[in-house]
Amino acid sequence: MTHSTSPMTHNKSGSKEQAPVHSRAERKARNATLRGRFGLTLYLILLLLPIYWLVNMSFKTNTEILSGLSFFPADFTLDNYAKIFSDSTWYMGYVNSILYVTMNMVISLLVALPAAYAFSRYKFIGDKHMFFWLLSNRMAPPAVFLLPFFQLYSSVGLFDTHIAVALAHCIFTVPLAVWILEGFMSGVPREIDETAYIDGYSFPKFFVRIFIPLIRSGIGVTAFFCFMFSWVELLLARTLTSVDAKPIAAIMTRTVSASGMDWGLLAAAGVLTILPGMLVVYFVRNHVAKGFALGRV
Amino acid sequence: MQIKVENNKAWFLVLPVFIIVAFSAIIPLMTVVNYSVQDIFDPYTRYFVGTEWFEQVMQDSRLHEALIRQFIFSFTILIIEVPLGICVALMMPTKGRGASLALILVAIPLLIPWNVVGTIWQIFGRADIGLFGAFMTNIGIDYNYSSNPIDAWLTVVLMDVWHWTPLIALLCYSGLRSIPEVYYQAARIDQASRWAVFRYIQLPKLANVLVIGMLLRFMDSFMIYTEPFVLTGGGPGTATTFLSQSLVQQAIGQFDIGPAAAFSLVYFLIILLVCWVFYTTIMNMQKDK
Amino acid sequence: MAWMSWTLPTALFFTGIAVILVGMTAWQIISPCVERRGFLPLATTRGDRLFIGLLSSAFIHLAFVALTDVNIAVATVLCVLWMIILMRWG
Repeated sequence: MTHSTSPMTHNKSGSKEQAPVHSRAERKARNATLRGRFGLTLYLILLLLPIYWLVNMSFKTNTEILSGLSFFPADFTLDNYAKIFSDSTWYMGYVNSILYVTMNMVISLLVALPAAYAFSRYKFIGDKHMFFWLLSNRMAPPAVFLLPFFQLYSSVGLFDTHIAVALAHCIFTVPLAVWILEGFMSGVPREIDETAYIDGYSFPKFFVRIFIPLIRSGIGVTAFFCFMFSWVELLLARTLTSVDAKPIAAIMTRTVSASGMDWGLLAAAGVLTILPGMLVVYFVRNHVAKGFALGRV
Repeated sequence: MQIKVENNKAWFLVLPVFIIVAFSAIIPLMTVVNYSVQDIFDPYTRYFVGTEWFEQVMQDSRLHEALIRQFIFSFTILIIEVPLGICVALMMPTKGRGASLALILVAIPLLIPWNVVGTIWQIFGRADIGLFGAFMTNIGIDYNYSSNPIDAWLTVVLMDVWHWTPLIALLCYSGLRSIPEVYYQAARIDQASRWAVFRYIQLPKLANVLVIGMLLRFMDSFMIYTEPFVLTGGGPGTATTFLSQSLVQQAIGQFDIGPAAAFSLVYFLIILLVCWVFYTTIMNMQKDK
Repeated sequence: MAWMSWTLPTALFFTGIAVILVGMTAWQIISPCVERRGFLPLATTRGDRLFIGLLSSAFIHLAFVALTDVNIAVATVLCVLWMIILMRWG
């Protein structure tokens, strides 16, 4: 399973013409491909099993969950979801999360675009150190900054607002955005810049009209990663909010511990947190591979 | 690599990023340094204590244990996730509908909020309501992640492998796709074995993304907090209490601001060192090309 | 600013760092630095050596605090010497 092949499938169309010569090799390659498919399917099943279990549980009543294991809900119910959508403390959690994630995405892109351009085009004093400093923030554990964060945002009167969480998440999404965008921008030949300047474009006009459309896919990928890292983070989001901007992730932990273990509700809330991510990854599926290819995550 | 023009005005383009990151990074860092040298009861009652907290932190056996545990954990998951990720990447289809589908499915765990990842495994691993727990019990293993340290470790490692192998897989997958078709054709003409193709064509191309993947995985596992917190709460006892969690316990749970701040700084310095070593390696690798 | 709990030593420390950074920038403008190879196993610029020096100084201080009862000032003196060696021959 380990070294079975899929890159050999690259050759499928090419090797058809040479079939008589390479028929044995081709058969071997096809077997390897099949083994690869089998291995991949196995991996995907194992990967999806815990998620399937969560989805399965979210459609069960608590009595059914506790009474035994079954692969399908015998007593199919939507109560758990109904509860979430009818209770504002629950569904506002989703609204809050989506609000601060969106804000974070917009802020990150707005500040990272010019900076990434500067890093990809110019040499300036301290550029390398600046770049390293940015990256070190991507790596810094949020737990280190937890205490002062709370006080910092309280002292500027932003505690328990969406913008506070969005700004706090910038500490890792902005470096990430700069890193990814710089990779995409370096792929654009600088002759394009020079031609545009000769044609009389000013920098802002060139940047918005010509350059940004050129790296559209890069921007999409960057937005995806900003979304991803801001959406999954809990520690900072929980520390910086109390009521008005509380993220869904925090509401889940609180409500569950307060009312005993309501497994069905917990599972339903969990399922609903997975959906936005799947939606986003669907939109960028064709570009994501390229984003990863730069290795800048 | 393009030739870059020297222009210090570029600083103006970087300035917004600098301000926004500095606000959330430098001010808190300064505050942590201030906290770490004082005994603070409230903002107006505080005493300068010099390096006392650092001495306490550096000699605290709980922290030593958490640090050792952290290193064991980080290396374990790297050893499992990197080869597994490469295998998955090699098996993923490269063209057509299947490719998109596989890509989306593999990416799913990455997009789940970390506490939900914890919740999923908390449920999945329980013997009474979870498939995995029930499976282990049925094949005759007395499995209980909340009371047996070994089981707790197994579950936490398994969870992390489940959660983060996709990252390595996607990085490698993209790396593989950037290999020109000509290489494979040449290999076929030479009748190169599967292993030779992997060893001499694919692996060298993967080296770059792999180093970055390892950096990211090492760093992220080094700051792991939410998933084990939800799953085991650091227990049983302190069996799965990693660095971030002991830090949060100290800072929020016991409100020992001074020692927690000193601890934060030590933690931060370790991160900075590892980060710098990796970064220098990556940059030198790219320079050699 | 009260919540930041400033103390004189930490204020001096950060002022020192800021002064060094400004100084390094000024130095870079007056006489730009070229990458060179010293006793360190990699080519470094002035700024790289400063960073390596500061980071290693931090670890030297920590080691002193953790392993010995010697006054911390001894570590500081050692670090200053180390920084000078590093900046000159590193």
